[in-house]
Amino acid sequence: MTCVDMIFWYVMAAVAVVLLVAAVTIVVGRRNAVPPAPVTPELAPAEEPTGTPAEPVEAPADAGAALETPEPPASRLTRLRRRLSASNNPFARGLLGLLSADRLDAEAWEDLEATLITSDLGVGPTDELITGLRRELAVDGASDPDRARKVLRTELLTLVGTEADRSLRVTGADGLPGVVLVVGVNGTGKTTTIGKLARVLVAEGHSVVLAAADTFRAAAADQLQTWGSRVGVPVVRGPEGGDPASVAFDAVERGIAEGVDVVVVDTAGRLHTKTGLMDELGKIKRVIERKAPVTEVLLVIDATTGQNGLAQARVFAEVVDVTGIVLSKLDGSAKGGIVVPVQRELGVPVKLIGLGEGPDDLAPFEAEGFVDALLAES
Amino acid sequence: MFDTLSDRLSAAFRNLRGKTRLTDADIDATAREIRLALLEADVNLNVVKEFIGNVRERAKGAEIHAALNPAQQIVKIVDEELVSILGGEARPLRFAKRPPTVIMLAGLQGSGKTTLAGKLGKWLKDQGHSPLLVAADLQRPNAVTQLQVVGDRAGVHVYAPEPGNGVGDPVAVARNSILQAMSKLYDVVIVDTAGRLGVDAELMRQAADIRDAVSPTEILFVVDAMIGQDAVNTAQAFADGVGFDGVVLSKLDGDARGGAALSIARVTGKPIMFASNGEGLGDFDAFHPDRMASRILGMGDILTLIEQAEKTFDAEQSAKAAQKLIAGKGEFGLDDFLQQMQAVRRMGPLSKILGMMPGMGQMKDQINNIDEREIDRIEAIIYSMTPAERTNPKILDGSRRARIAAGSGTKVSDVNSLVNRFFEARKMMQSLAGGMPGMPGVRRPAAKQQAKKKKGNHKVSGNPAKRSGGPAAAPEPTAAPASAFGQMPSEADLAKAVGDFQLPPELQQLFNPKNTGPR
Repeated sequence: MTCVDMIFWYVMAAVAVVLLVAAVTIVVGRRNAVPPAPVTPELAPAEEPTGTPAEPVEAPADAGAALETPEPPASRLTRLRRRLSASNNPFARGLLGLLSADRLDAEAWEDLEATLITSDLGVGPTDELITGLRRELAVDGASDPDRARKVLRTELLTLVGTEADRSLRVTGADGLPGVVLVVGVNGTGKTTTIGKLARVLVAEGHSVVLAAADTFRAAAADQLQTWGSRVGVPVVRGPEGGDPASVAFDAVERGIAEGVDVVVVDTAGRLHTKTGLMDELGKIKRVIERKAPVTEVLLVIDATTGQNGLAQARVFAEVVDVTGIVLSKLDGSAKGGIVVPVQRELGVPVKLIGLGEGPDDLAPFEAEGFVDALLAES
Repeated sequence: MFDTLSDRLSAAFRNLRGKTRLTDADIDATAREIRLALLEADVNLNVVKEFIGNVRERAKGAEIHAALNPAQQIVKIVDEELVSILGGEARPLRFAKRPPTVIMLAGLQGSGKTTLAGKLGKWLKDQGHSPLLVAADLQRPNAVTQLQVVGDRAGVHVYAPEPGNGVGDPVAVARNSILQAMSKLYDVVIVDTAGRLGVDAELMRQAADIRDAVSPTEILFVVDAMIGQDAVNTAQAFADGVGFDGVVLSKLDGDARGGAALSIARVTGKPIMFASNGEGLGDFDAFHPDRMASRILGMGDILTLIEQAEKTFDAEQSAKAAQKLIAGKGEFGLDDFLQQMQAVRRMGPLSKILGMMPGMGQMKDQINNIDEREIDRIEAIIYSMTPAERTNPKILDGSRRARIAAGSGTKVSDVNSLVNRFFEARKMMQSLAGGMPGMPGVRRPAAKQQAKKKKGNHKVSGNPAKRSGGPAAAPEPTAAPASAFGQMPSEADLAKAVGDFQLPPELQQLFNPKNTGPR
């Protein structure tokens, strides 16, 4: 029996159940003598063939006069350290407090587990970390806090991973521009991240074009335009509600024609469960690749996200082959522990971290720096 | 994929039969399972501990119900506890005695405040109010423009005297908006504030200033359903910083379990008032504690399934298809099947839809292995047929089948099996549709259900789990108590009908052929 058969039964069952549900609704509805529930047919935007050409919009000509000079990225990590340690990080403190106790009893281990879970690390990685710590510390006791800290640091580093390549691939081959596609669910900070990223790229001396392929959310293109004009980067935009793939295509085409170094494509936020929208995303990538290969796909994950982050990453990785993660909003009280299971399962490294709404609050992710910042005493 | 709580508990109780009373040891054994299930759903750890304490208290010495096995009983207790916390003090939106009523929205960045402002505006307008949206988010680039566009779409006026992008004083905007509302006779003012972090003392003070300037009737805390363990800190920070009267859970249309809702309700004691579940302006609903409880526990959520079906389905089309099926006579053709299948797919990945059906937990592995591309292949086969062939697949002879196989890039055997299966399935569905008018209440004799469904009085051992190595069948997720639907009387019947709903045996049989057939 072929696989098709098996699938067929599932589909049939789903159809049948849904038909039954429809019948129940109808029967019950009739019994109640109320009109049937209004039906709002939902159109998957991907199916709207709106091939309206995107109109490139120039950055205001006078933008050059008011251009801001972005802070060099190198000095940012220092700030990250300061900020992470200043944000009353109970994660780091809790761990150190626990580990410097003379003896680790069952209760202490439980608290330690609790602390890790509270940082959204997930149950799996937490167990792994605890087991690792226990094994290491069993060898020569845990009386020495320094030793405990060293072990903890090593274990955390193993979890976060140091081998991964965390550099952004922003240069294309054969004179083509590097194309960076930024994706994520709604409200994680994609547009803001792109705004900051554009500044970083400009500061590093790259020429940049932004593509406002978020044609769905109200005023998303304007938001990107504002970011772009601050650093004199042109934004290619299309009509609201237009085909995002065509905007992305136009931007890349323009990038090639003008010989710019990097094209950064902003996409509309979409929940990973919306099949139609995920198809649309796949289409955006496919359409871009007709002009130039996409060199980097960044998935933006909000640091406050819980275990659902893993489900998000899984689906996005499947649809557009995510190559890097941006952990945004790390300046709050959330620890962003969710990136650990994400990185572990998908092998996609965290490349950038967002630290606030300021224009320069974007820093490269550095496993050692990150872990050190977590462990730094306030 | 993590199993649902009921699966876990069933496993923990496998060796626990014939007892009449839950002992402390039994309860301890389940505590860890409940803890894990809740933590996976992002419920805050402290809340989990307290919650388990409560469950333990209630479960201690509880008589084992004749109709429920211990696992089911614990699940029932957990479910009831969840509903009681989540639905603690449901209440409708308050309106000021002397208009304007002022509603202030606060929350983290990206939680969905601006979108919610539009939805709330439209909702109030549809109820005959005249709302005014106030753009007090002057922080994020073009938040003001976004609110204006949203207001436009909702057909609600927007008060936006400042351009935003860091220019202007939100407190002054908020204050003036009240005067504007009074002079222009708007009776509800919705103040959209900038997103801010709980740890940002400065912005928190600004929010408090806005609050003092407008003295809102309701302050709503908007929070993303996907938020993790930090929900409690954030909610507490907002409760301390600005204070809020109600919670709005946004982005519930995703697949986050939304355990944060429980944490927030528990820690702040504020009711969750609305659920926002989509990007359309109409995707906005009152909060249903019982559904949230099933969702947190990862149980089937047939009510949400129905709602989604209502939203994405062409009701008339589905009704017509259902009628054709009931009528028999082979009227239900492949074209109807295709239509319905596509409608099902619009609701999301098949695995997710199947997962929402009660009693599917035991087949989780198979469900997760579904390759959506196989469905594309089925579609391709049907698309390669002429309209006449689709309405009446009986006319498919050898040469037609060969043509279809060539056209869809499949083999003749694939076409054959699809067509044969379709006939078989149609027969089954028709036979079960025979009992359709009374369907909601229909209960087939238990004997027929043995393979899949366990009725209350069934022992686990009576379940010869046909599936090789199949675990003890999951207890049927107890449908939410109908009483929880008190606020929606028109739905009460539906809820009740669905409460009785089980996959009819014929349908359950649908899942069997692949086991009995040669694979």
